[in-house]
Amino acid sequence: MPVVSAAPRVRVLLVDDHALLRAGVRAEIAGAVDVVGEAGTVAEAVALIAVERPDVVLLDVHMPDGGGLAVLRGVAAQDPPVRFLALSVSDAAEDVIALIRAGARGYVTKAISGPDLVAAIRRVADGDAVFSPRLAGFVLDAFKDGDDGPESPAAVPVADPDAGADPDDQDFDRLTPREREVLRFIARGYMYKEVALRLGISAKTVETHVSAVLRKLQLSSRHELTRWANERQLLDE
Amino acid sequence: MSTPETTAPRPRLRRYTATGEVYGVCAGLGVRLGIDPALLRIAFVVAATTGGLGFVLYGLAVIFVPRAPGQPEVPPGRDWRKLLGLVLLATAGLTLLGRLGVWWGEAMTWPVLLAGTGLAVLYGPGSPASGGLRDRLRGGVREGLRGSRLDRLRGRHDDDDEVPGEGAGRALIGGLLVLAAGLAFLQATGRLAATGRALGGILVVLVVLALVLGPWVVRLLRTLTAERRERIRSQERAEMAAHLHDSVLQTLTLIQRRADDPATVSTLARKQERELRGWLTGERPDAPADTVAAALRKAAESIEDQFAVTIDVVTVGDRPLDDRLVAVVAAAREAMLNAARFAGDEPISVFLDVTPKDVEVFVRDRGPGFDLDAVPADRHGVRESIIGRMARHGGEATVQPGPGVGTEIALRMGCPS
Repeated sequence: MPVVSAAPRVRVLLVDDHALLRAGVRAEIAGAVDVVGEAGTVAEAVALIAVERPDVVLLDVHMPDGGGLAVLRGVAAQDPPVRFLALSVSDAAEDVIALIRAGARGYVTKAISGPDLVAAIRRVADGDAVFSPRLAGFVLDAFKDGDDGPESPAAVPVADPDAGADPDDQDFDRLTPREREVLRFIARGYMYKEVALRLGISAKTVETHVSAVLRKLQLSSRHELTRWANERQLLDE
Repeated sequence: MSTPETTAPRPRLRRYTATGEVYGVCAGLGVRLGIDPALLRIAFVVAATTGGLGFVLYGLAVIFVPRAPGQPEVPPGRDWRKLLGLVLLATAGLTLLGRLGVWWGEAMTWPVLLAGTGLAVLYGPGSPASGGLRDRLRGGVREGLRGSRLDRLRGRHDDDDEVPGEGAGRALIGGLLVLAAGLAFLQATGRLAATGRALGGILVVLVVLALVLGPWVVRLLRTLTAERRERIRSQERAEMAAHLHDSVLQTLTLIQRRADDPATVSTLARKQERELRGWLTGERPDAPADTVAAALRKAAESIEDQFAVTIDVVTVGDRPLDDRLVAVVAAAREAMLNAARFAGDEPISVFLDVTPKDVEVFVRDRGPGFDLDAVPADRHGVRESIIGRMARHGGEATVQPGPGVGTEIALRMGCPS
């Protein structure tokens, strides 16, 4: 699409094993961003990302040969950071959380509207996190037992037996009340700027909180998170 | 080796290892025939020591007569060394009897001893024929613990993989022992009755073959069981495929026919999507909703179908429904209904947060919004069905305009735990 624009357009690579879906997404976003390539398999995606060096990779969670997770791991070593936005029909919490933990900057469902998707891509390109209401719900669920308030015993630092080694771990294992509040608003369907309006803070501050949550999600060592994901897998039945 | 089928309501022939001595055959026969198993045991011992027929019959019974349900693999507390000791003692006793001239010949001692040991090796614990109750239990637990519907559909299941080499080695040793027993037997009978040698040889070879191949026959039967299980799986798969075929094809046909009506098309597509998701995650669409999250989702789905709107339901935590939570879901339903009427094309967001202390539901639309005070007093929608209902059950409901656009209805119900 030879659209010439003064502002540098975000370069996007689509990774999805369904050609039809790639075509649909491409048609929706091509007017606003540069789609530099499409990949239908993990190997293709890893190779193309190395060649094209896109700003943002729209990554399908479920694909043959390991899915989005395999792509994320395949390109993990690259130097100019490629940012990933997970795009999926999947509602399975453990898949989504696994992808975020592996480094994706956000997660949106394929039902997202074209303009919203473009906004999400731009946000990811800027290094921010994109939390759909669903992802906010997953994260709240995953961090639940430690976050019921300072009076809950799980939140008392000494109650955690394996926290002693690295005190910083503690911080990754819990959400601050403010982060929790922000996530709850997002889960309620609020846009970032609406959250900002409600909390009387700037939209940038909301972004900061969300990015911090994303970081915690990726760095958290709490085994509850793993256990939580495992339980979900077992309860899948 | 067929079980005699009678019309009398007698119990079927099963091995009762819990009350049995060796493999529960006599105990089972006793139950089946209504005879004291002690008599049967004596009969078997006699049959075993006068020509070895008892051994063969017993061995075949162990292989082909299934254990009664709930019975252990071997009698509890049985000690193989003790059993071997008993066999040796019996042999010694028989030898003594032979010395005294009461028995028909000590030539049988070695064959019997060899055959006994061979059988023990062939069918003892850990042999391919015995299977191992522990392994099977473990397999069963594993089967129960893992495996989503998808897993099962993909045919992912790690069934007990036995090490073939070990079983084969044991079988070889056992087979050789039994073969040696047969040869010793031939040698003994050859002196007793030369004419019976050929006939006896064939018989012995057959018996040996049966004993050696027995484990594999048993294994074959097990494979058949595994195949049956696989068949059940594929039946489920076929059922699902048929279901999806039907409903998906129908939906696609409907969508083509109503292509000019976007609202209907999106309702149909949404409905189909939900159904597919439900099938993939293993929940039947007609299953009763017995938790607050499931009930809320169900309410949202019915409103989606009714009003051709999109409702995004996000839930955190869950708990079983009770009277108060039924009221919460009913109020949330009214709130969604209200939102669906005024929301327009924008999706409605529903968020359920269940904590140990309370249950909260937020229903947010992006419609033009409405002023509660401007609603006539005789309209029951919001005031009665939402605010009044929540208050009656000890909860609270607030209606406030969303930031910028729309309306948000918040429901909160405390939950004494």
